[in-house]
Amino acid sequence: MLLITCPYCGPRPEIEFAYGGQAHIARPERPVELDAQDWAEFLYMRTNPKGVHAERWRHTHGCARFFNALRDTTTDQFIATYRTGAPRPDATETAR
Amino acid sequence: MSQTFRAPRGGRIDRDAKLRFTFDGRSYEGQAGDTLASALLANGVHLMGRSFKYHRPRGVLSSGSDEPNALVSIQRDAARFVPNLRATQVELYDGLVAQSQNRFPNLRLDLGAVNNLLAPFIPAGFYYKTFMWPRKAWDRLYEPLIRAAAGLGRAPTEPDPDTYLNQYAHCDVLVVGAGPAGLAAALAASQNGGRVMLVDEQSELGGSLLSSVSARIDGKTAPDWLAATLRTLAANPAVTLLPRATAFGYFAHNMIAITERLSDHLANPRPGAPRERLWQVRAKQVVIATGAIERPLVFPDNDRPGIMLADAARSYLNRYGVKPGKRVVIATGHDGAYRAALELAAAGVEIAAIADMRQAPTGPLVEAARAAGLTVRTGCAITGTHGSLRVTAARLSPLSSDGKLGAPRMVSCDAVLMSGGFTPSVHLFSQSRGKLKWDDQLDAYLPDLSAEQERSAGACRGRFGLTQALSDGYAAGASATGAEEQRHFDVEALEADPRGVVGAVPHDRGPGARAFVDWQNDVTTKDLKLALSEGFQSIEHIKRYTTTGMATDQGKTSNINALAVVADQSGRTIPQVGLTTFRMPYTPVTFGVLAGHARGDLFDPIRRTPIHDWAVAQGAVFEDVSLWKRARYFPQGAEDMDAAVARECVAVRNSCGVFDASTLGKIEVVGADAAEFMNRMYINAWTKLGVGRCRYGVLCREDGFVMDDGVVGRIADDRFHVTTTTGGAPRVLAMMEDYLQTEWPDLKVWLTSTTEQWAVIALQGPRARDILSGLVQGVDLSPEALPHMALAQGRICGVPTRLFRVSFSGELGFEINVPADHGRAVWEAIWAAGQPYGLTPYGTETMHVLRAEKGFIIVGQETDGTATPDDVGLGWAIGKAKPDFVGKRSLARPAMSDPNRKQLVGLYTADPHLVLEEGAQIVASAGQTPPMKLIGHVTSSYHSAVLGRSIALAMVQGGRARMGQTLYSPQAGGDISVTVTSPVFFDAEGTRVNV
Ligand SMILES: [Zn+2]
Repeated sequence: MLLITCPYCGPRPEIEFAYGGQAHIARPERPVELDAQDWAEFLYMRTNPKGVHAERWRHTHGCARFFNALRDTTTDQFIATYRTGAPRPDATETAR
Repeated sequence: MSQTFRAPRGGRIDRDAKLRFTFDGRSYEGQAGDTLASALLANGVHLMGRSFKYHRPRGVLSSGSDEPNALVSIQRDAARFVPNLRATQVELYDGLVAQSQNRFPNLRLDLGAVNNLLAPFIPAGFYYKTFMWPRKAWDRLYEPLIRAAAGLGRAPTEPDPDTYLNQYAHCDVLVVGAGPAGLAAALAASQNGGRVMLVDEQSELGGSLLSSVSARIDGKTAPDWLAATLRTLAANPAVTLLPRATAFGYFAHNMIAITERLSDHLANPRPGAPRERLWQVRAKQVVIATGAIERPLVFPDNDRPGIMLADAARSYLNRYGVKPGKRVVIATGHDGAYRAALELAAAGVEIAAIADMRQAPTGPLVEAARAAGLTVRTGCAITGTHGSLRVTAARLSPLSSDGKLGAPRMVSCDAVLMSGGFTPSVHLFSQSRGKLKWDDQLDAYLPDLSAEQERSAGACRGRFGLTQALSDGYAAGASATGAEEQRHFDVEALEADPRGVVGAVPHDRGPGARAFVDWQNDVTTKDLKLALSEGFQSIEHIKRYTTTGMATDQGKTSNINALAVVADQSGRTIPQVGLTTFRMPYTPVTFGVLAGHARGDLFDPIRRTPIHDWAVAQGAVFEDVSLWKRARYFPQGAEDMDAAVARECVAVRNSCGVFDASTLGKIEVVGADAAEFMNRMYINAWTKLGVGRCRYGVLCREDGFVMDDGVVGRIADDRFHVTTTTGGAPRVLAMMEDYLQTEWPDLKVWLTSTTEQWAVIALQGPRARDILSGLVQGVDLSPEALPHMALAQGRICGVPTRLFRVSFSGELGFEINVPADHGRAVWEAIWAAGQPYGLTPYGTETMHVLRAEKGFIIVGQETDGTATPDDVGLGWAIGKAKPDFVGKRSLARPAMSDPNRKQLVGLYTADPHLVLEEGAQIVASAGQTPPMKLIGHVTSSYHSAVLGRSIALAMVQGGRARMGQTLYSPQAGGDISVTVTSPVFFDAEGTRVNV
């Protein structure tokens, strides 16, 4: 079970969290103006990197807040967790 | 005569405490402190099991958790029957009842042993090759036969009556393994005040020290040093010592799963006392001190009872006071066996010979054996044995440095003790995703790069010998607490050269000779060679083809030898061959301890409404809806469900029914931007919804498909009372929070789940107003003041209420929300007030029929995640003027308005009494044969008492353009003819709600 550091509550076990998919995908301001291709990109296309992945988590059974995390998908080690809206940290600077 | 192989002195057993036990129905005696294996050996019994495939008689090989042969079943009573236990780990208690496995009719005469005679015809992959076809024979013939002939112990047939505990724990340092390295690590780690847990799978902490009689540490004998060290650790309140605790799984981020056996070793466990405890330990740092496992020698006939590992024999002698035999041959490629020889000789066991494969072994142990006058034959290989149920002789052959074998000589004996050296136990390290590295000197995989906050210490990382283990353990324990501390332990012991031998022992025997690599799965060197000759190269494929290392012991004693044989045969090095994955659990774990309390009523949370007990008292039949218990129907007398539902439906249409709708999900949406938020989330327009009014809301996902629905009431300008489906509340709230927190954090909106705060009583039927009128205060129930789809706030029976005038039945209806604590009282007041009107309680089944008669959908029944609002007839709900809402862009895709999409329609069967199967397929023409062109499916189907016939809802391609068409539902008994109709079967004009 992963140990996940909620930026608001601190380290908590994985069972308190829900996974939220890839981070830093903003919903378009005016979706109706997007053509089908662009809308499909937003709606369906996600990366699946081997390595550092920016992803969303929600501390569902805690503060209930969404936040973002950098996790290495090959080791399951978290490089950083940070608040929604904050820029993606530089993985190399924050790597342990 | 009993316990004839018990040494006159020595061991950690209690010689005053005699214990009686039975093995295969025969009575024996042992001593307190024995394992089942040591007690049987004390009685001269080596034969403890039959092998998996060939049913060969097998004796005990080891003294610990690596045991592949001596698997037994322990029975306490009818329900407490535990198969596949290692006799080497079963602690003896008075009255223990043990049975051997995989034999018929008994262990000494096993008819299955015919497999042994057929062995030349059952090579690796036999089952794959032989039982290929016909396919049907697998189910009826091959599989039942194979399962009956092979396999391990049988499963218990009764439910498990025992209880199991589950405990989470945190510590600074978790030390796995309480041998010398682990003890030293715990000493070092605990000196800085950190919380330390020391766990070990054995009944006593101490590891190899428990079998050590000659070594001295810091001036004390090994047992004395062990006792003093355990006293020191036990006196430290920050240290937790856990014997009988197996660390079986290493999970991400230093979460270690440990199963602690609490009562299996007791003769009379206290009734109700837990059997095992699952520890889930999150450790800042882990010290792995799991030691090493002795390697057997792979030589022909190496599996006869009486052949065991040399260090296991030491353990039986020194820890349990048991001699493995009277006259033993020691076959070795490692110094350690000399220690066994010396100690056994000192205990009066005759050492017929020490046969050492090595040409010129040297070192203190070898010299000591020579000095003691033991017969040491160097350059001597064991190439066979005699005996059937017990070894009677060993075949020893001179072995030259170039691998040539000389004339063999038979040496009589009643036990053969073997050692190829020791293999570090890297299982946990490997589970932690650490990288292993092959060490050419030690012929072993050793821990290299760590993936977690852990370090290995002692023999499990190749630091063999007491001196090294202690100092390495101490340094590891110190470094786990951030200290770089060394400590010198003053050790007096004869240390062994760590190097041994791997792979097959050369032999000159014929093609019929069988040298076992994997005892538990009956894999021989020939099987491995066959796999290679048939083209298997990858060790992962060879493992699966031959099943080597795949038994319940996961190849603890066999893996390295198997790799060495494969490497040797294929001209590769062992690291080139690779290594199969070490999987958890380290040793088998009971299902009980994994389930813990999560069984029966505690398997899942159970949610009950405030009115639940009333419904129970009324004899309601319940159904599970997500985690809720919901009253399904209220049978009277001998009514079955159909009769009860018919009566309940008619009562609602004719007078009034009362329904517990408390399980509806409820979310309070509050804030200055609440209306804007609702506009963006739901497909409907909310801006113009007045305070005191309700609207049926539909929620889509961003892909445009219906996700949830429910009535939404506007309580105030900045406050909405949102209801969701019973099962959908958590995901609707999660979705709302997602958009609010991550897309529109600027909106001033707060979301609160209020599902549990409101009890909801649905009063439905033409007499609903009459029943309610005497109970409310400050609420005008008249149609003018409170029309359909309006809500009022006031009091009912003196308690506050949000009173919605809504209907899911098509009748005049109210949904009365009251604080949950008052739900039962208000319900009972309504119940009493309804008696003059024949008020009838109804359940979910009637609710379903009533809404189907009206063509109201249930999300998840009519919809399946691919239905748009328009598909299910809800296109009218879309706020078309809104610039955006979740799903709007997707709904604009051309495919979403394809006229041939599946659309909600009603179906009438030609036979009015025939009720279609929900899920039944619909086709356009009769008489089709598979593959048919399917154009739709039935989503809801009931008998309608009010209409006097069956009705069905269905999703049919282009359904709305097919009104009046005849379609068919193909069934085994022939096509059922149906007519497409409107999904609204009853009161199509909707006059009944507006009274
Ligand atoms: Zn939190």
